[in-house]
Amino acid sequence: MTDGVFAVRVRLFGQPREEAGASTLDVELEDGATVGDLRAALAGHPTLGAHIDLTAVAINHRYASDEEHVAQGDEVALIPPVAGG
Amino acid sequence: MTEVRQEGPGVVVADVTGATLDGADLVRTLQSRGAGALVVFEGRVRDHNDGRSVVGLHYDAYEEMAGQVLADIAGEAVDRSGVASVAVRHRTGSLVPGEVSLVVGVLAPHRDQAFDAARYVVEELKRRAPIWKKEEYGDGTSIWLDGRPAGSGPAERGDSG
Repeated sequence: MTDGVFAVRVRLFGQPREEAGASTLDVELEDGATVGDLRAALAGHPTLGAHIDLTAVAINHRYASDEEHVAQGDEVALIPPVAGG
Repeated sequence: MTEVRQEGPGVVVADVTGATLDGADLVRTLQSRGAGALVVFEGRVRDHNDGRSVVGLHYDAYEEMAGQVLADIAGEAVDRSGVASVAVRHRTGSLVPGEVSLVVGVLAPHRDQAFDAARYVVEELKRRAPIWKKEEYGDGTSIWLDGRPAGSGPAERGDSG
């Protein structure tokens, strides 16, 4: 693994999972990366990028703000607009 | 059946399950606590939506997180409404019209707080729980229903939700 860079496995759900054809997506981030950096990394994704602004990010089962850091080993998930109940 | 169970003071049940929901079963869990008012809400799959005939509804959930979010919401309902106990359970997987997708039960000393708390749990769940639904039609097509952007805490914190 290259110094200063790590891979995070992002969990997908709902429509994004269906469109991506996979339940996870590996994303490479730099040490010290924030949720905002993760969003930027996904902005160009062919299916996830279009609605990334409306997609929340969860780290270890809690919603995370853009300023929060993503660390190696964190469980990260993309939460598209929710529709429970 | 995958079940995530998170409990706290006053929160008797807060989870998601792939098994058939039984509101009466959840109510029995609350009965023993003793109070003046019991409110039970059941969300059921309708056979129509937006003028279309619906043959099924598929619920997807981030189960590990959904259980925690439901527990948080139920705990908030206890704190803000002063109710004695709350139970909330959401179903995942494929349901047909008439089936129960959500049950919320609240036991409280008085009815005002019981109604308030039940309403709070349902509205907050729809705003924050990582759960999604896909509607299925008679012609074989299906659509993921529009949701609400999540990522916020309790409504009081000023989030637009």
